[in-house]
Amino acid sequence: MAGRVDALYFFLIAVSTFFSALIAGLIVYYAVRYRRRSPNAVGVTIHGGLLLELTWTIVPFMITMVIFVWGASVFFAMSRPPDETLNVYVVGKQWMWKFQHLDGQREINELHVPVGRAVKLIMTSEDVIHDVFVPAFRVKADVLPGRYTNLWFQATRPGRYRLFCAEYCGTRHSGMTGEVIVMEPTEYQAWLSGGSGEGSLASAGEKLFQDLACNTCHRGDAQGRGPVLQGLFGKTQNLQSGETITVDEAYVRESILTPGARITAGFQPIMPAFQGLVSEEQLLELIEYVKALGSEKYEVRSGK
Amino acid sequence: MATPTLPARHYLNDGYGVTSWLLTRDHKRIALLYLAAITVFFFVGGAMAVVIRLELATPAGDLVSDETYNKLFTMHGVMMVFFFLIPAIPSVLGNFLVPIMIGAKDLAFPKLNLLSWYIYIVGGLFTLYALVTGGVDTGWTFYTPFSTVSSTTNVISTALGIFITGFSGILTGLNFIVTIHRMRAPGMTWFRMPLFLWSTYATSLINVLGTPVIAITLLLVAAERVFHFGFFDPAVGGDPVLFQHLFWFYSHPAVYIMVLPAMGVISELVAAFCRKQVFGYTFVAFASLGIAVLGFLVWGHHMFVAGQSVYAALIFSILSFLVAIPSAVKVFNWTATMYKGAISWQTPMLYAIGFIGLFTIGGLTGLFLAAVGLDVHVTDTYFIVAHFHYIMVGGTIMGYLGGLHYWWPKISGRMYNEWLAKIAAAIIFIGFNLTFFPQFIVGYLGMPRRYHAYPPEFQVLNVLSSAGASILGVGYLIPMVYLMWSLRYGKVAGPNPFGASGLEWTTTSPPPTGNFAHTPIVTEAAYTYPVAAEGYVA
Repeated sequence: MAGRVDALYFFLIAVSTFFSALIAGLIVYYAVRYRRRSPNAVGVTIHGGLLLELTWTIVPFMITMVIFVWGASVFFAMSRPPDETLNVYVVGKQWMWKFQHLDGQREINELHVPVGRAVKLIMTSEDVIHDVFVPAFRVKADVLPGRYTNLWFQATRPGRYRLFCAEYCGTRHSGMTGEVIVMEPTEYQAWLSGGSGEGSLASAGEKLFQDLACNTCHRGDAQGRGPVLQGLFGKTQNLQSGETITVDEAYVRESILTPGARITAGFQPIMPAFQGLVSEEQLLELIEYVKALGSEKYEVRSGK
Repeated sequence: MATPTLPARHYLNDGYGVTSWLLTRDHKRIALLYLAAITVFFFVGGAMAVVIRLELATPAGDLVSDETYNKLFTMHGVMMVFFFLIPAIPSVLGNFLVPIMIGAKDLAFPKLNLLSWYIYIVGGLFTLYALVTGGVDTGWTFYTPFSTVSSTTNVISTALGIFITGFSGILTGLNFIVTIHRMRAPGMTWFRMPLFLWSTYATSLINVLGTPVIAITLLLVAAERVFHFGFFDPAVGGDPVLFQHLFWFYSHPAVYIMVLPAMGVISELVAAFCRKQVFGYTFVAFASLGIAVLGFLVWGHHMFVAGQSVYAALIFSILSFLVAIPSAVKVFNWTATMYKGAISWQTPMLYAIGFIGLFTIGGLTGLFLAAVGLDVHVTDTYFIVAHFHYIMVGGTIMGYLGGLHYWWPKISGRMYNEWLAKIAAAIIFIGFNLTFFPQFIVGYLGMPRRYHAYPPEFQVLNVLSSAGASILGVGYLIPMVYLMWSLRYGKVAGPNPFGASGLEWTTTSPPPTGNFAHTPIVTEAAYTYPVAAEGYVA
């Protein structure tokens, strides 16, 4: 991605240099060539020229359209992560970054990732707007409270890369920095296994799911008072209002915090709201658990 | 040729007491009231920039605390944007020139004009009050939910100051629109008007249509802070990005409020110092209106990484490229105007050439930002800081200073020292580029804006920038000195010291209170040379 952004950048520098030199050259040449030679001299009367006006309207227009299409194609590539990504959850707060790996590792202001794999960050904020910015990867995305935003990258070389908060967030904004540590796959595996041993994010979510007694209504056998969650994530759900919605992170989050907002068709609005009762990090655990429900990988792993 | 003498009666000696100024309804005196006030705000805002650049000379945050630093860049932005850049050219040069250029005695509503100044002063005092009682640390952009739930500083009094001052801009805009529609002298058709009036007219439209939006937005911020309404705070059901839409719906057009009048000034300067009609007059005139209209449709380009949809981003991207076209057309037309001109290298022309150069760089780097895939990397970095300073400082302030020098003999009746003025113009140009060009590079390398401390690898470029700022600061002080000096000791200018075309040069310098002895009758297009008036003073 960095290569594609830089290619566009250097193209634009070439375009800018050309036009700057053209304008500056003409101005200097005219200023010398047509300098006033007597106090009463006046310029030659020229009103304009339609052909010239059209030329310098249409030519810049064509050039900008080339830049537009180029910039848009780079942006599409940035906005669309590949299907297979290594997901990491990010929670920003004044003034630190918290990273949660699916395998259970948690880090602050440091993010370990393997080289050569597409990594997707799923991000939210506990307070104000922040922004994850890794200049070396040419990526940046705002991190908003109450929402999940994504950013993906694929590091091509092991090393340590600076991570900045790029959206002003208060007193210690410039201290809200960290590092992305890109490792060889084997080193990364070693780092992963040296973790806390708390178990995966989904298993933490499963435990929370039981502690909060979610499982009394959301049962696997369709006999509960709430919808079955197995295999639900990513599907389209019919709502009481007649609308449909794709079950994504934002919808799961909303359904936990303010369940009355969008009720699944065929169910009563009886679920209590968990607004203020679960933290952003616990929400992410629950989301990861809902994602894992019905996925074979998780069943195998949690089939203890 | 006889040495010119000052006229016996003119607007400056028509009454001397304090009330003759503070209760004046003469647009020219009101212009000078604005000149005094905005100069104060400019130097207050500039002093903050000095501390900011001193802090950034070293990577560690060692000169001021992070809290102070955040307040400094916030107040620098608030002062410069709302109290200097937006009012500067319309309120000073526009007030002085709009009636004279169309051959009128005054603006349509002289009392409203005086009221506008008082509103501006009250708004400014509120903001200064917010500053001295602790300041505000939200950035001039007031992003929510930081400004509504997190910041503990004087958000409300600052917002109120900006809110109040907005009415000054709205009323001045209305005054200009009505004046240009209703008060043109016989024969002054729309297409005989100087281009400065076209751009002032376009600016006034933006002022009248856009300013209410920022006023309402700031009220919503205040309401959320005080009453905890859930407009923007997601914890109570609001949407923080909604604020950004509302804010930039005004604040992007506001960029054109700042730069369109400067473009108008440049058209006047290029014509006067080439002694030649502006090439493609109608294209330049309609480019101003085109910019004013398109400028309202591009706000989303400030939010490419803020979480709006991919398709919204693409629409805003293509519209942003479109708004660049009329600006490019203007640059080409100014350049073409120089072809076969009789070009004088006097100070105002140096500023005009400086403007074209800096505005070209500012405009071209705007293309970098309109390209979405590239904007993602450079937005919120020093690349942005450099870009908008090239437009606002390189554009607006160059235009303002160029215009101030060009019309200074008309305003004061006397000439400034040409040599000092040329040296100051050169110092400002060099200092400006040294300050802001390195910021493009350090931004592309990844230095975020609004950082009190930064990684050491960015230091060299920051030191260059700080060194440039010290040169720029000196450059701004010099005109203060020689312009003040000229008020008493400058050579008497006479009615038309530059041998320029335009109604303002047909009356005395300074003009009488009613501007003209007799209502002028216009028979020619703007910028007709040679001018019929008495001999030139070269």
